[in-house]
Amino acid sequence: MGLEIAFWVLAVVGVVAALAVVFLQNVFRAALMLMLGFLAIAGLYVTLSADFLAVVQVLVYVGGISVLIILAIMLTRDVQRGSPANKLQVPAFLVSGLLLAVIIMAVLIGPWTIASLPPQTPTTAALAAKLLSPDGFILAVEISAVLILAAVLGAIVMVREK
Amino acid sequence: MIGLQHYLVLSAVLFSIGLYGALTKRNAVVILMCIEIMLNAGNLALVAFSRFITPTLLTGQVFALFVIVVAAAEAAVGLAIIMALYRYRDTVDVTRIDLLKW
Repeated sequence: MGLEIAFWVLAVVGVVAALAVVFLQNVFRAALMLMLGFLAIAGLYVTLSADFLAVVQVLVYVGGISVLIILAIMLTRDVQRGSPANKLQVPAFLVSGLLLAVIIMAVLIGPWTIASLPPQTPTTAALAAKLLSPDGFILAVEISAVLILAAVLGAIVMVREK
Repeated sequence: MIGLQHYLVLSAVLFSIGLYGALTKRNAVVILMCIEIMLNAGNLALVAFSRFITPTLLTGQVFALFVIVVAAAEAAVGLAIIMALYRYRDTVDVTRIDLLKW
């Protein structure tokens, strides 16, 4: 019962925040609504018993990426033009509407074999075992460390003054 | 009862909103924000699948974790590119950055 209320509230907040990101003219307010959307997604992870992922979502997305986006908005602000739309509004609406219809149809038709097992909580130890154990995704962990290093170096090189 | 299909429909709605924004907006930072919405929608679908179809395997959550890592790296580099672009062209309007256009 509480889970249902939480899901619907978070779902409505998330969709409204996403619509606000797309349709608000003030770019800074759109960034704030994006942070709200990320928080709603973190709440949805909690309803899905993904507790570690919810905390990671708040730390990385709300605490890191959103701050980066606001920094970029502050440095590239164009107050008069704000956040206009280009000429592709009608085709883009048709394409995304078509995609939405196709996905919803596939989701509602497809026979999903729902498992009757309860989800495991807390997930931290199980995720650690899956990521870092010898038969887990340890290679992907190391590669993602190299990826982050490359991204940091690339960002520094791009942004620095000559 | 909230089931798998609720989460998948929500993920599809968020994805199509992000897709519409990424195709329609002219401000490069807003396009990046809409791409982040799409990535979050995909993550939500991954975690929902993991929870409802194989609750003990957690593979969807591991995948979502790596998607978050890649999204963070991509946001950092993308915003650095946008800031460098603003420094040289004094605009972030993507319809005005058309040097490579045919």
